Amino acid sequence: MNQSTSNRQPPGADARRGFLAKLAAIACGGIATLTPLAAGLWAFLDPLGRRSAAARFVPVAELAAIPPDGVPRRFPVVTDRKDAWTGYAAEPVGAVWLRREPGSDVVQALSATCPHAGCSVEMAAGGTCFRCPCHNSEFTFGGSIVEPSPSPRSMDALDCRVGKDGAVAVQWQAFLAGIADKVAKR
Amino acid sequence: MKPGIPSRRGPVGRLADFLDDRTGWRGLVHEALFERVPGGARWRYVWGSTLVFAFMTQVITGLFLWASYAPSAQTAWESVYYIQHEMTGGWLLRGIHHFMAQAMVVLLALHLLQVVIDGAYKAPREVNFWLGLVLMMLVLGMALTGYLLPWDQKGYWATIVATNLAGIVPVVGPSLQQLIVGGSDYGHHTLTRFFALHAGFLPATLVLFLVVHLALFRRHGLHAKQPITRPDAMFWPDQVLKDAVAMLAVMAVVLGVILVPAVRTMLAGGEVDWGHVGAELGAPADPAESYAAARPEWYFLFLFQFLKVFEGWGATGEFLGAIVVPGLIMGVMFLMPIIGNWRLGHRFNVAFTLAILAGAGLLTGLALNEDYCSLWIDKATLAAAEKLHDETGGDEQKIAAALGNDPAKIAAMRKQLAKLEAWRNSHAFLAASRRAQVEAKRAVELAGRPERIPPTGGLDLVRRDPLLRGPKLFGLLDGKDCASCHAHVDPATPDAAAKFAAASAANLHGFGTAAWVRGLFDPMRVAGPEYFGNTAHKDGDMVTYVRDEMTDREKWKPDEIAAVTVALAAEAGLPDPSATAAQVERGRALIAAGDRCGACHEFGGNGTGLGTAPDLTGWAGRDWLVGIIADPTHERFYGDSNDRMPAFEKAMPRAQIEILADWLRGDWYRAADARGAAAE
Ligand code: FES
Repeated sequence: MNQSTSNRQPPGADARRGFLAKLAAIACGGIATLTPLAAGLWAFLDPLGRRSAAARFVPVAELAAIPPDGVPRRFPVVTDRKDAWTGYAAEPVGAVWLRREPGSDVVQALSATCPHAGCSVEMAAGGTCFRCPCHNSEFTFGGSIVEPSPSPRSMDALDCRVGKDGAVAVQWQAFLAGIADKVAKR
Repeated sequence: MKPGIPSRRGPVGRLADFLDDRTGWRGLVHEALFERVPGGARWRYVWGSTLVFAFMTQVITGLFLWASYAPSAQTAWESVYYIQHEMTGGWLLRGIHHFMAQAMVVLLALHLLQVVIDGAYKAPREVNFWLGLVLMMLVLGMALTGYLLPWDQKGYWATIVATNLAGIVPVVGPSLQQLIVGGSDYGHHTLTRFFALHAGFLPATLVLFLVVHLALFRRHGLHAKQPITRPDAMFWPDQVLKDAVAMLAVMAVVLGVILVPAVRTMLAGGEVDWGHVGAELGAPADPAESYAAARPEWYFLFLFQFLKVFEGWGATGEFLGAIVVPGLIMGVMFLMPIIGNWRLGHRFNVAFTLAILAGAGLLTGLALNEDYCSLWIDKATLAAAEKLHDETGGDEQKIAAALGNDPAKIAAMRKQLAKLEAWRNSHAFLAASRRAQVEAKRAVELAGRPERIPPTGGLDLVRRDPLLRGPKLFGLLDGKDCASCHAHVDPATPDAAAKFAAASAANLHGFGTAAWVRGLFDPMRVAGPEYFGNTAHKDGDMVTYVRDEMTDREKWKPDEIAAVTVALAAEAGLPDPSATAAQVERGRALIAAGDRCGACHEFGGNGTGLGTAPDLTGWAGRDWLVGIIADPTHERFYGDSNDRMPAFEKAMPRAQIEILADWLRGDWYRAADARGAAAE
């Protein structure tokens, strides 16, 4: 820019031009760089829009396989599983404890997933209650919490159906761990 | 601001002061931004900055892609499919990464050109020029390794070619190839290694070189365009503004390439399938399926074409074309700062660079012309050459004789024949590309099934798909196997009659459907080439029966024939939608009856027994078809009266015969059906 042109401009024009140039530079550079970042974040946030498989009844055992004396027994839950792009047919996806009231055909189902932090609840050494091996939460065979236990709630009961043919099906579902209320995972 | 001076600014200003006291960031920023640009800001200085920007874009999008990519032979294609077709915005993320990589190659060429033309490689900037060349090779290395990562057909086959070329380097070649490939076969370790190179080693090295490149650039300052006629300006904001506008323009071009086709579809009122917007994803890599449409990415096409110059020289030619000549060219480029010191050196450098770029451009043009020339060569002008070629089988002497040994005519014909060959090659390439596109689309459709992809991977899904595999097993592509005798042509197509006539066995299109059976019971068609006309059964019992007995209105009433027709289709499991249950029942009774079909054909235990004619129990159903393909001489089918059909159980695994049967019956996954079922 030579002297004569800048002389004709009102004072402050250079500063204003500089300010506009700065603003434009930041805007252009910002938009250009934020575009890939935005595309990346858009894809990265994809899991937030995904839901876990809908709860459904899964046959897990025959009535005859559950001890009649009120002692629970553990059964794997085998069902189709989807993991992102892969579909697995008939895979073990978890376990349930099934228990029959002595002398009755009514079956009670408890998810073996510990409500504290998600470990797998096992039979305590003496065989008189459940114990979680991770932080020693204890539960009665009915699933009620035995205080003091770190778990915030009792074991999660699952809906259970006994068919005419004696097939036991449970409504397989996962719940949020670590909170006092039993809330199904999304 | 000096420490100890009380600040009258707000919390942000005070935090800035606090940090400046301890880091000196203001000084750094000042140094970075307030560089003098001799002669003022210019557009021709933006290329380096756009390259840094493109690289940043690749780092950002690459990291996010990394968060969803799984490198292994069973998960690479699958995870890229998931990114592209299932994740929100995945198509945009992958599209930016894909096309920015191509933009980067273009920007590299422009940056190099600008540096050479402006003489910016001369003292004291020689080292920085060399660093730039190393950076260029690193970028090309990232482009090459990235092409494989989706593990689709085109990436896979292009990589085979590239790594085989590495293998022809004398002495170390084979070991080098094994190291890159991760073994002697392509698989998991090829992917893990390419991925580590693409996302680890190469970019890390690139960052190191880039830091030094930029540091040296700042040390020497911008190489100003001479002569300087304008006053100096500051890097900030004058040059930065130009750089930023150029970056935005680059991003806009990339977004344009991704979005323009989609926008067009929208404007035309169509619905956009976003999974198919942006970067392509081919069918999963299949080592057993050769891929005639295999080509490197466009910016490597010139090398691909260059290799053809050495065709016929064997491995020596490939060594020359792929390694020696490119190596020499790179060598000259490395020497440019030294050459530039000579009197005419700079002119030589500029001319050399322009010549290389022009040569690469020319070779790219030639490669594209070879592949696409059938689109603009008018085949009609080659009719005479084609006729002669087909008559003589391409025999030189016969051609000369046919042209009366006239040298002028022969020379002209040679040109025509060369053009014909080019047309045919291009035609075959385009057909292969189209097929590849169909297969890619189908692979995606299959991967989108509600059952998802089996743990064995997408390739397994594609291989077991009747729609993709059936035509190949049938021999439709090469006229072998079933297609060496049977036609498979919809009778409604215009040239169907010619195709039936050329076949020597029945048309199997729609086999088992009511429409097919209707043709069989048509006295005008049953003895034609569409059914038994070209077989040993031409004058057989069935043909005679259809012509003599079934035309007898006393014996066969039209509604009876219609009932048998729909009953047979029902038997095949391909029921006619207009058929009623009563009609089918009636047809079944007629088929079983001893004075009708049952006179020769066994049907559902009607007591006729096997051996006289094919068993109609479950006729054209899956089991029945698998059985007849496996062994037509079995007494359930043609027994001793089998014409020429071989027992395919000797040539084909059972699983393939089943796929063939499913394809003949039109039994394959259809996304539209699945959507319909889900809606119900
Ligand atoms: S997870 Fe079971 S007690 Fe902590």
